[in-house]
Amino acid sequence: MHTPTAPRRDLVLVGHGMVGQRFLEAFHERPRPGWRVTVLAEEPRPAYDRVHLTSWFSGTTEDELSLCATEFIAEHGIELRLGEPAAAIDRERRTLTTAAGRTLRYDALVLATGSYPFVPPVPGHDLGGCHVYRTLDDLAAIKAGAARARTGAVVGGGLLGLEAAGALRASGLHTHVVEFAPRLMALQVDEAGGLLLRRKIEELGVTVHTGAGTEAISAGPDGRVRSMLLSDGTELDVDLVVFSAGVRPRDQLARACGLPVGARGGIVVDASCRTADPHIWAIGECAQAADGRVYGLVAPGYAMAETAARQLIAEEGEFKGADTSTKLKLLGVDVASFGDAHGTTEGALDVVYADSRAGVYKKLVVGADGRLLGGVLVGDTDDYATLRPLLTGAPLAVPPERLLLPDRAGAGPAPLPDEAIVCSCHNVSKAAVRRAVADGNTSVPEVKRCTKAGTGCGSCEKLLGTLVADELADRGVAAPRGLCEHFTHTRAELYEIIRVKGITGFSRLIDEHGSGEGCQICKPAVASILAGLANGHILDGEQAALQDTNDHFLANIQRGGSYSVVPRIPGGEITPDGLITIGEIARDFGLYTKITGGQRIDMFGARVDDLPRIWRRLVDAGFESGHAYGKALRTVKSCVGETWCRYGVQDSVGLAVELELRYRGLRSPHKIKAAVSGCARECAEARSKDFGVIATAEGWNLYVGGNGGMTPRHAALIAADLDRATLIRTIDRFLMFYIRTADRLERTAPWVARLDGGLDHLRDVIMNDSLGICDELDELMCRHTAAYEDEWAATLADPGRLRRFVSFVNAPGVPDPAVRFTPERGQIRPVRVAGPRREVRA
Amino acid sequence: MPADEIQLAHEGVWHTVCRYDDLLPGRGVAVLLHGEQVALFRDRRGGLYAVQNYDPFSDAHVISRGITGSRGDVPVVFSPMYKQAFDLRTGACLDEESAPDDTSVRLLVWPVRPAPSASR
Ligand code: SRM
Ligand SMILES: Cc1cc2nc3c(=O)[nH]c(=O)nc-3n(C[C@H](O)[C@H](O)[C@H](O)COP(=O)(O)OP(=O)(O)OC[C@H]3O[C@@H](n4cnc5c(N)ncnc54)[C@H](O)[C@@H]3O)c2cc1C
Ligand code: SF4
Ligand code: FES
Repeated sequence: MHTPTAPRRDLVLVGHGMVGQRFLEAFHERPRPGWRVTVLAEEPRPAYDRVHLTSWFSGTTEDELSLCATEFIAEHGIELRLGEPAAAIDRERRTLTTAAGRTLRYDALVLATGSYPFVPPVPGHDLGGCHVYRTLDDLAAIKAGAARARTGAVVGGGLLGLEAAGALRASGLHTHVVEFAPRLMALQVDEAGGLLLRRKIEELGVTVHTGAGTEAISAGPDGRVRSMLLSDGTELDVDLVVFSAGVRPRDQLARACGLPVGARGGIVVDASCRTADPHIWAIGECAQAADGRVYGLVAPGYAMAETAARQLIAEEGEFKGADTSTKLKLLGVDVASFGDAHGTTEGALDVVYADSRAGVYKKLVVGADGRLLGGVLVGDTDDYATLRPLLTGAPLAVPPERLLLPDRAGAGPAPLPDEAIVCSCHNVSKAAVRRAVADGNTSVPEVKRCTKAGTGCGSCEKLLGTLVADELADRGVAAPRGLCEHFTHTRAELYEIIRVKGITGFSRLIDEHGSGEGCQICKPAVASILAGLANGHILDGEQAALQDTNDHFLANIQRGGSYSVVPRIPGGEITPDGLITIGEIARDFGLYTKITGGQRIDMFGARVDDLPRIWRRLVDAGFESGHAYGKALRTVKSCVGETWCRYGVQDSVGLAVELELRYRGLRSPHKIKAAVSGCARECAEARSKDFGVIATAEGWNLYVGGNGGMTPRHAALIAADLDRATLIRTIDRFLMFYIRTADRLERTAPWVARLDGGLDHLRDVIMNDSLGICDELDELMCRHTAAYEDEWAATLADPGRLRRFVSFVNAPGVPDPAVRFTPERGQIRPVRVAGPRREVRA
Repeated sequence: MPADEIQLAHEGVWHTVCRYDDLLPGRGVAVLLHGEQVALFRDRRGGLYAVQNYDPFSDAHVISRGITGSRGDVPVVFSPMYKQAFDLRTGACLDEESAPDDTSVRLLVWPVRPAPSASR
């Protein structure tokens, strides 16, 4: 074993796919100062989510699929060589040569090279128009090919083949699926399930050929695919072919250096994921696990990655085998299979429920001793999450037919034993979830963060929600979804209560729907809802008492108790006179000035007593509140756009100003930031904003759900080439729907991600009015724009509101003597003044 | 007896510091009392509390600008800087035992009472 003082050791990872990345995460769970880590990646981009690859066709971007933030690589000092595959291993010297001719030394070598798609050697398999389906580059090639094709064929009717068929169908191609076996998804579903699946898929316009092999593919006069001959004599006119006939482990590197591989491929490893060479590990799809299987799913790969990482760190951990359950939505048809789906265990019995009218087929496989062994669900997979964890080896607590009947009225979900695996992607048991709750993680996001459950394929999320809620109920914890100890409602629920009952004050709300006196969580949240609905001044009546200190003084509290002042500078556009006014005010009040990250100017160091006088001058010069203090619209950044920039195609500044003026003062669950760029060069960084607009030659592209901050996320395209009116209407609805349904302090990115159906659902709601609420959303925005008034101008006009801007109620005019400054770089900075330290009187 | 004014006791002597309706229910004001800063609050039901204005966690005199509310049955004020809760009756901090410099974080409290206007 190495000691902390041992010299640096070299770890080389070959392959930066899903499993390789998981390995890096597990290895770097703690700092590993003794190690230098190099990653060789064949693909030109860091690891991405292959499991959700197909969603690329429906608009999920490369960024969204990415599994590896650049910060992760930088933070851990990893050297990631993209596009530089490993070419050969010299085990004797413990070196490795890359395709670029570089030689690397290793103390530990981890192979995570995945698989390659198997292409049957039929004549014509390499013609132009033939594709495979494994990488983002493959998909880009298919998309380009589909643009000029009319009919496509997928060779292979397994899980991936059906996904590929779905993608072709969605690209507008007439689509055939050719499957050699007598049924679709032969590996996962049984015969009856396969038949139902076929019927449902054919209803969607895909032609299915089962029990047929591909004999030959022929070219047309242009040398590209033209037709395909099947073993049953059928000839199909096709101009695009996707092979999805299974995968083979990429074990060539290991073979070439003499490491043992399995009879059907796969680098042989033991339960610690080590190959025959003690310095070399193999994980994921390129490995043959200790149970003799080569797994083609990500969950076992992750388990292997964790095993190898633990072995490297502490020489412990084992991987002996894994569950190969799957649940997917194929072309819109729900399919799930788990455990021994084919009933191959001795003495196994089937319990079947079929309703061909509703298109539902469910089968459970039960052992002679009453244990649940596996099952198949087609058409309705709602029970998957609760059934799969029952594969624990213990006899079922209820008769199996009870588990299948469509309406288990009153029966409730079957109780799960503690050892049941709730999340198979990350191998998290019910006991682990319960432990996480006991440790104080009282919400699903917290439990997800702490156990990783639900962060893989996501199919267990619903069950996770139920378990967390049950566990909290058992512990007598008041409704966890609630905002705080005073309300059992979420922010969205309170919004509806306030809206429907027309409540205008906190007292009535808490007396009728909550308990106690409120706190720093619920009061500002309710203040924001009231402001959004009633549009009164935020310092009016009871509302004033609810505001966070920043809103209360319409300025941001800073170190030492002074305030900063941020006037609105819409779109970042400001006249020389405006700049001079700000400069003069800052000079006269001795304020520190700084250009903010939001394209405007912040003045720091104002005493609370100075705020009205500073604002008097700003308002007189035509400035308004910039709402830097509020959970509200902050800025709409812009680039100079068409007017000045030689590349610009639209007036981005004009639009940014219009949007900023439209949404100024809009109170929301969290702050909202926006930007408009004048062309695709994107100088305004619109895609890092809650909503971002990028000009096109035809109109405007709208992106939503981005942010910088703690969890940076790029916004996703929701609609392209919009005209100005449609653009603004869409943003109106996006914002109002967000304000109405998001949680407290939930920015748009996590909110969109949490919406059932995600971006597509959002688009449906705000562009196709699928919920029939667009009129209401439009009306709310209309009320907002009509009622807007500058908060500072209104405050200055009202002596009652101005009264609070004093340091001491009994000594107006006396400034807080503890707020002090000292010069630095020609301006002021706050001085920390230690406070009174006295013995505490009992 | 209608309350018009608010009085704080300093070394056994009551001092009038402001009018009763200078206080917004649920909010506080700062008072300068013999060189010391006191944060004075009125709750939703008319109850009065006075604690030190100095926030031991941020070294700023800002407690009076915090939000008030309740934690269980305890009436509290939340520091506007880093949001710790303090018991308005005793000054005890409910979230942390000691300040960053290891000193105790119990806020000083002052006796406070409503009083009819002396000028009536
Ligand atoms: C002044 C400024 C820094 C600067 O000198 O440039 C600033 C200052 C503060 N930021 Fe910021 N942020 C400023 C631009 C940004 C940006 C850049 C931007 O807007 O383009 C970001 C990242 C972009 C984003 O938000 O998506 C940013 C991400 C944050 C976050 C993290 C938000 C998140 O979702 O993770 C916080 C914390 C929060 O809001 O909860 C924050 C909070 C704060 C607060 C309000 C912290 C606080 O509560 O006191 C700072 C107070 C400053 C003040 O009183 O004015 N600030 N902050 C910038 C003001 C912009 C403006 O004109 O309004
Ligand atoms: C469309 C699609 C859908 C899928 N759906 C599911 C699903 O629903 N559920 C599920 O569990 N699984 C699914 N899978 C399978 C899942 O993606 C794989 O199990 C998983 O990606 C395996 O991870 P891996 O790291 O072993 O291999 P990969 O992710 O393939 O990564 C291997 C990487 O190594 C690189 N590489 C290879 N040789 C070298 C070399 N010599 N030098 C450097 N780099 C090299 C490759 O280019 C690749 O980037 C799906 C796969 C596809 C293609
Ligand atoms: S990054 Fe942190 S320190 Fe800098 S302004 Fe933003 S919140 Fe303040
Ligand atoms: S089962 Fe896939 S994330 Fe939990």
